[in-house]
Parts: sequence; structure tokens; C-alpha cells
Amino acid sequence: MRTLDPKQIGEVVYQAIPKLACELPDDILAGLQSAYEAEDNPRGREILSLLTRNAQIAKDDQVPLCQDTGTVWVCLEAGPDVLIPGDIFSCVNSAVAKAYTEAKLRKSLLRDAFFDRTNTQDNTPAFCEIHLVDEPGVARLHIMLKGGGSDNASRVVMLAPGAGKQGIIDELLDCLDHKAANACPPLIIGIGIGATFDKVGGLAKRALTRPVNQVHPDPQVAAFEAELLSIVNGTGIGPGALGGKTTALGVKVNTAPCHIAALPLAINMGCSAMRRGTYEL
Amino acid sequence: MNCKHLTLPLTKEALADLQAGDYCLLTGPLYTLRDAGHVRLMAELAEQGSLPYDLEGQTIFYAGPTPEAAGRPFGAVGPTTSSRMDFAAPALHRAGIVATLGKGKRSAEVHEACKETGSVYLIACGGAAAFLAKCVVSSTTVAYDDLGTEALRRIWVEDMPAFVAIDTQGRDIYEN
Repeated sequence: MRTLDPKQIGEVVYQAIPKLACELPDDILAGLQSAYEAEDNPRGREILSLLTRNAQIAKDDQVPLCQDTGTVWVCLEAGPDVLIPGDIFSCVNSAVAKAYTEAKLRKSLLRDAFFDRTNTQDNTPAFCEIHLVDEPGVARLHIMLKGGGSDNASRVVMLAPGAGKQGIIDELLDCLDHKAANACPPLIIGIGIGATFDKVGGLAKRALTRPVNQVHPDPQVAAFEAELLSIVNGTGIGPGALGGKTTALGVKVNTAPCHIAALPLAINMGCSAMRRGTYEL
Repeated sequence: MNCKHLTLPLTKEALADLQAGDYCLLTGPLYTLRDAGHVRLMAELAEQGSLPYDLEGQTIFYAGPTPEAAGRPFGAVGPTTSSRMDFAAPALHRAGIVATLGKGKRSAEVHEACKETGSVYLIACGGAAAFLAKCVVSSTTVAYDDLGTEALRRIWVEDMPAFVAIDTQGRDIYEN
């Protein structure tokens, strides 16, 4: 039995934030580059050119990829033989405050959504959660700096079971039609299907942690993800929503059991500056 | 892509010449303002009946930059979602704002206000904020300093790439 240390979690978060803010993950950069090679719409091609040049400037000069340096999301995955002390996230907020100030990132968090919309001045609090996994010995952190524009373009809907696959596709297309232009395409789309109203959003968000170029190990899920990606890219919305072949670099699906009356669906949009990383502890 | 070089502030003639879909390089002053700043600006407009801070004839850039970095006024600056400012844009156009710069689709009321006042809506590439920050030469805070990133700033840009999204005829880049 191993026991996790709050200080180690804080240190990983502190080290990760500046790198995530300034350096596009390899899978996303590769996706943008191959989309650029394939694109023949002049506007879409120009957007992809700007995005790849942007990634280079951000990395070279260590400046943020996007001015919206996001809310910090920390998801701890722990196996059955890993002991998690109750104060496991106690060092995360100080790590966030220090990293955001030192790396000159934008402070985008308000004290309260309704009663006090004043800035907390240090980008805290981070949003942290624990997810138990059936993998002995595993303790890993997913960290994401999530932009507001793409989160605003996301939705949770409780479909009727009879809506089935077509209902899910229609909802996704409606979401894209209304909000894709706000979410900075090419998108990475996380889809959650199942569980309950409060859990389905987490399924969608955790789907965003998987590399876009990684085929899902379950062939059934892999086929559905490929079908959805093909439908999304068939819309022609394109890079920057200005037309083209690549509206999304990836669609990632997580499913779960659910009630006989339910077909919960969550769509979590990720922007082209998909700043996330996975860290084994 | 072929592009038009535009000098800010935009004249009535320059505005009328723009067509939805045009690719442009902007040079001159922009005023950054977003959510909380718009609430304040609208209150001041209602109170005094005209635009404060010499904003008449100017372009508002919907943006909240990161702090200075790499020897530039901002490490990163780019467009935020414009539709959140749809509540204010028609009134601001009627008061004298001639253009806005952001990302995403606008309401029918914004299209109508562009047609009625001869104004335009421009879009920049979301997520290219390190690139766009290299186009910013200088920045001065004009008002609402307490809002931090949401303050009203006058910035000077050189060759900042943007598309015309809604022209003075109300035509829309997202609809063609």
C-alpha cells in the first residue's frame, strides 16, 4: 500500500502549468500540421497556418498559446492499493497561485459566480477531483488548463432513450451549429454518455485527456469515435469555423451504465489550444 | 491569402469598401474591452448620453490579455467570444463605435446595427494569441484598471490579421 503526498501533487501541478500554457501537446500539434497539409480551403488553411506558427512562437518565447490561460482542473486517478490522505489537494491552490504569477499567465477566476464576481487575483481555486480506477499501483494526475470559450460551447442534455444514436448525433450537430465558432476549431470533442446528470459531464471531460491520435482499445468505442469524427468533419465548418475539412482533430467517447429511463449526454468542447497533460506519480 | 492593409481608425469610406470574407491586416489603435468593462461602459453611456474616453470612431477589440512578457506589452492577446457583448454592441455602434473585433457569430440585432450605422464586425483567429501579441506595439490603460485583464486599454497594433465577418450591408462570413 502506497500513500500519496500532498506536497508531491502540488509540485507536479506547479511544474506542469507553465509548460502546458506555453507548449502545445505533441498530438495536438501533429494534428494541426496534418490538417494543414490536407486543407484546400484558403481560409481554413490560413487559420491552420496561424495556429502552427502560434505554437512555435509560444514555445520559443515561452509565452502563452492563448490569452485565456484557463481554469486549472486536476483529476487524480488512483488504483485500489493507493492510500489518499484527506488533505491530498491542500498544496494545489498555492501551486496554482505561484505558477500563474511567475509565468505571467492570466488570472481568470472570480470569487463567486453569482454573489461576488470579483477576481481572486491568483487564478485559484483549482477544480480538483478523485477518480478511482481498477489499476493496481496506479496513481496519476490529469491536469488541464481549460479555456472559457470552449467550455461555454459545451452542453449536458438528458435525452430520451428512444432518441438513440441518431439523437446523440443530432445533439452534437446542433451544438456545433450554434457554438463551434466560439470554441476555436479545430476542436477536440469529449463525449460522455450514461451515468447520471452530475456524472456525465465528468465522463466527457475525462475523455479529453486521451491523445487524439490514439485509437480506443475497445473496437466498439473506436468505431463510434471514428464515425462521429467523420460526421463532425463532414459539416465543413472547418478551422476557425471559416470553412474546411478539419472541424475536429478528435472525438473521444466515454460511456457508462445508466437508469432505464435515461440517456444522459455531455459534450465538452476542447479548443485547438488543448492544454492538458497526464503525469504518473 | 490576398489581404487588404487597413489603417485604424477606419473611415466611413474604408468601412463601406469592406466585404464579408475579406482578409485584412490592421494597423493603428484598438481598444480592448470585454464582459465586465462593457457593463461599465454601457452605464456611462446611459448616464452622459455619449461615448466617454474618446471612443467615437474607434474599434473595440474583445480581449483580455495576459501580462507583459518576452519584451512585449502582452505575452498573449486574442479574441474572446463576441456574442457575450451582443447586449451592448448595437447601442455602442449607434453611439459611434465603427467596428468590433472578436470571434464567433453575432445576433440579428448586431447585423442590423452594422447595416444601420455603416459599421463592421471583424474576427481574429482564436487560439493564436502568442502570434497576435507580436502585432501589439504598445498598450496604455484608459479606464477600469481595477478590472485587471478586463480593463479598457488603448493598444497600437501593426499588421494584425483579421477577417471581415459582418460588413456594412449586413452580410456574414459564417453564412457563405
